[in-house]
Amino acid sequence: MEHGSLTDSSASTFSIMEEDHTLANSVRFVLNQDPRVAFCGYSIPHPADNKVNIRVQTTGDPAKDVMKDALQDLMVMGQHVRGTFDKAVADFKSKMPAEQMDVDVNQQ
Amino acid sequence: MENPGGSSLPAFLELQRTRVLCKADAPTHTEGFQYSGAFAAMGVDTSVSVEKFCSNFKIEINRLTEEDMEFDMIGVDASIANAFRRILISEVPTMAIEKVFMVDNTSVIADEVLSHRLGLIPLDADPRLFEYISDDVPNERNTIVYKLHVSCEKGSQRLTVKSGQLEWLPEGSQLTMASPAQSGDNQRTYTSFGQSQQNTSERPLGVKYKDITIARLGPGQAIELEAHAVKGVGKVHAKWSPVATAWYRMLPEVVLLKEIKDGDAEELVKKCPVNVFDIEDLGNGKKRAVVAKPRACTLCRECVRPTDDQVELRRVRDHFIFTIESTGALPPEVLFTEAVKILEEKCERVISELS
Repeated sequence: MEHGSLTDSSASTFSIMEEDHTLANSVRFVLNQDPRVAFCGYSIPHPADNKVNIRVQTTGDPAKDVMKDALQDLMVMGQHVRGTFDKAVADFKSKMPAEQMDVDVNQQ
Repeated sequence: MENPGGSSLPAFLELQRTRVLCKADAPTHTEGFQYSGAFAAMGVDTSVSVEKFCSNFKIEINRLTEEDMEFDMIGVDASIANAFRRILISEVPTMAIEKVFMVDNTSVIADEVLSHRLGLIPLDADPRLFEYISDDVPNERNTIVYKLHVSCEKGSQRLTVKSGQLEWLPEGSQLTMASPAQSGDNQRTYTSFGQSQQNTSERPLGVKYKDITIARLGPGQAIELEAHAVKGVGKVHAKWSPVATAWYRMLPEVVLLKEIKDGDAEELVKKCPVNVFDIEDLGNGKKRAVVAKPRACTLCRECVRPTDDQVELRRVRDHFIFTIESTGALPPEVLFTEAVKILEEKCERVISELS
């Protein structure tokens, strides 16, 4: 849910339910990399509520668009991490069988 | 004003930006520079765009077994690495026993304690094959049923009940509900399986480790129960956490600030409890200290005590040594990819809510 102003779309607070530091801290990091962002930060109003408020103030662009772009960037980063990781695992596994075969030979 | 080779900040600023310094009394420059425009006035862009991230990000696997793995994640901010760690611990789903139907328990272990112990047993079931249980209707797509029926005969030795004695019931519950049965109707049980679970996965949906002690029975005691396992996540209860734990540490960097020779070198080597330093023979009886195994450094700071003018301990801010210990349901490398997928799903959910 977005809390903003009707006349000025460049600053908004996004109130996200069922989320915590996991998403908010990552999004804050990505937002901080965007040159359009003048300020961003997040808070968890009460530790017992599953809710986080993310504040975004921009240099002019609509805060909602900047926020969406940040989430999109985070997704792309995730996809890249997954791709790199899968490749590293495949490479590691392809090197492994040779060593395991040696072990088997020794056991016989 | 972007310069292709990273940044051209003065060396001391670059050090503060990319390293945490571990001084003898306390670490310094722990916070880092969050704002990407922090050095804009100097004409240096330190922001991490997606393209930059993709070209700098690296993963190197050090160890990979069935139950644990260690890898280096390089070129990523702590917030992202921490998100992966948090998701691994509390949001990657697994199957665990949630409901226990006690038929008989004359053992010394109380029902609720026994149930709790059963809940913590790791199950060898792939959670991706199951759905979350909704409306409390257990069927073959969201529930796994186990039976435990053991008794210790009178006059015999004390009996230890192990997790391997839990028997998987692929056809569902065998307990009939106590409601007055109408004639001709099939007796209703506690689950409504449409079909057998026999072909759900290649392996039978048993327990991962068959030698976990559940209870001990004295002569004449018995346990008869049925246990229903469902899908859940670690933030609801730790029994659903797929990892024993998952953690990371930043790569230690040990730097000799000046040449350390002969007696001082030997003293330094002796000081370090994990043998980070080694001695290099320069010939004609001269010796010099070198940093041999910086990764072994635990940052005990013995080498910077009492004076820290010889050695500097640092940590590389964007290099994480990530360790995952699986509890058995999924191999550790699958757990990590699942965790990354969950982060992506979170983003997707918020994007769709904002649109």
